[in-house]
Amino acid sequence: MQHGKYRFIVGFLALPLGLYALFVVWPFIQSIYYSFTDWTGLSPEFKMVGFDNYRRMLHDDIFWKSLQHSLLFALVLPLVTISLALFFAFMINVGGRHRRGGPVVSGVRGSSFYKIVYFFPQVLSIAIVALLFAFAYNPDSGAINSLLRGIGLDSVQPLWLGDPDLALWCVMAVLVWSTVGFFVVLFSAGMASIPAEMYEAALLDGASRFTTFFRITLPLLWDTVQSGWVYMGILALGAESFAVVQIMTTGPGGPDYSTTVMVLYVYQKAFRDGQAAYATTIGVALLVVTLAFAAIVMRLGRRERLEY
Amino acid sequence: MKTTETPAPLPAESGASVSKIDVAPAARPSGRKKEGGVLNVFSHGVLIIWAIMVVMPLLWAVMTSFKDDSSIFGSPWSLPDKLHFDNWSRAWTQANMSDYFLNTVLVVGGSLIGTLVLGSMAAYVLARFDFPGNRFIYFLFVGGMSFPIMLALVPLFYVVNNMGLLNTIHGLILVYIAYSLPFTVFFLTAFFRTLPTSVAEAAFVDGASHTRTFFQIMLPMAKPGLISVGIFNFLGQWNQYMLPTVLNTDPDKRVLTQGLVQLAVSQGYKGDWSGLFAGLVMAMLPVLAAYIVFQRQVVAGLTAGALK
Repeated sequence: MQHGKYRFIVGFLALPLGLYALFVVWPFIQSIYYSFTDWTGLSPEFKMVGFDNYRRMLHDDIFWKSLQHSLLFALVLPLVTISLALFFAFMINVGGRHRRGGPVVSGVRGSSFYKIVYFFPQVLSIAIVALLFAFAYNPDSGAINSLLRGIGLDSVQPLWLGDPDLALWCVMAVLVWSTVGFFVVLFSAGMASIPAEMYEAALLDGASRFTTFFRITLPLLWDTVQSGWVYMGILALGAESFAVVQIMTTGPGGPDYSTTVMVLYVYQKAFRDGQAAYATTIGVALLVVTLAFAAIVMRLGRRERLEY
Repeated sequence: MKTTETPAPLPAESGASVSKIDVAPAARPSGRKKEGGVLNVFSHGVLIIWAIMVVMPLLWAVMTSFKDDSSIFGSPWSLPDKLHFDNWSRAWTQANMSDYFLNTVLVVGGSLIGTLVLGSMAAYVLARFDFPGNRFIYFLFVGGMSFPIMLALVPLFYVVNNMGLLNTIHGLILVYIAYSLPFTVFFLTAFFRTLPTSVAEAAFVDGASHTRTFFQIMLPMAKPGLISVGIFNFLGQWNQYMLPTVLNTDPDKRVLTQGLVQLAVSQGYKGDWSGLFAGLVMAMLPVLAAYIVFQRQVVAGLTAGALK
């Protein structure tokens, strides 16, 4: 297999690697470099300014707000989404009634139907989901408030996205809605590979389903839960939160910057305010937050790996 | 998909619990049955509620797309008085949905083919040839999966601009390919490693070149992997919002997600909400259809992405 091997390798790698280096790797390196300049993005001239952008960032109230919101996204979203998904997945896979002659543990009736339906939102564009819910949240004529009116709750008519205290939670709820199904399917796959004998033994010993969940399912699924947590956190800090906040909230960024997140702030500084260098500085902060988040989750979540 | 696998055979250690079989079922049958009954009503209830919460907004969107403007705002939950198919035709022709659709098909078609060809070339070389730098290049590609895209987006805009590729379909295609390569290379490298070497070696001994062996022998053998990763990329590229928002500001070149968001923003002045809903549903249908047809592969591809 040696004849012409290197020519072949170079020939096959050149194009993909070149494209990847040009559009992904090179911009990454550049952005760190630009964060030390005063580049506006509008003209080609710029000069090095050292840590000026970073100093400015530390005194920027909107930056701190966006950081706070992004951290809230990275902590609350995975917690809610993964708890809900674990609960649903357990019900679907293990929560079924024991049928005579059937397997010891099984899902509820129609479990594959639930798995298919729950996954629907995951295949839709987050931009389209955000648009749809922006209509539903409309305070006067939106579906949610008119539903509340319909069941007699005329006095409860929140402004939803227009209320600075509520807007961020409304936006988060949409992300929960769109991602739970994915984790249900992910955890279902993990649960299916847990040997049924473990449940059998526990049930014979008189364990309740709550005990089985916390003593068998969760420990054996821990690796999947942990990588799901990191995955969700990265999504919540990045592209997904950008789309929902930019599309759904007024401003965009919400009343009084109540929903601004870091990635939106990067976008606005670069492409609205013509402050490309400062935008990349916030981008670097976002990278640090993302990496720190992943490292902390991996570190705190470390458990002895269970073999089965 | 993992869920269809049968559980692992009974491990020898858990055989100890077998002795309890005679005692336990007789002692606790009524208690367990009761618990199961209550829990089942509860678990079915919760599962159905979530299923409704998932399906309701989608059905609501479909229903609304057949209503006229006044009833959209007057009574959001009422059924349409008649099926206003004119919403759909108006969206298709006047609201430029046909253009957005065509642009999306071109961009996604081009990038999907490019991603699969370039991704499988790189993955093949990385999986089956030993050369200096192999590991480094592999990790360079795979590392791209965990970095926030937003950080690179600011310099990327100027890279694309300097190459004269801003606001062009082919520029968008190249960038989509570059950002799809990390996962594609990761997935296909693992896949090519699992393919038997003997067939490729036999072809090579028979005088086929490396290139020919790849295209005529290995690529057809990799078809299942290409389908999985192809669907994954199709959904991701079809739903992409952040990249076109930044790199594609020419109104004539907009893709679906972008076009819809722009329409919604400018609706304040034009006010064709029923047409907009028709457009939203139009954009949802292809991915929902693809999901229902390729349900297994979609789930396999997406869950593999999270478990990297």
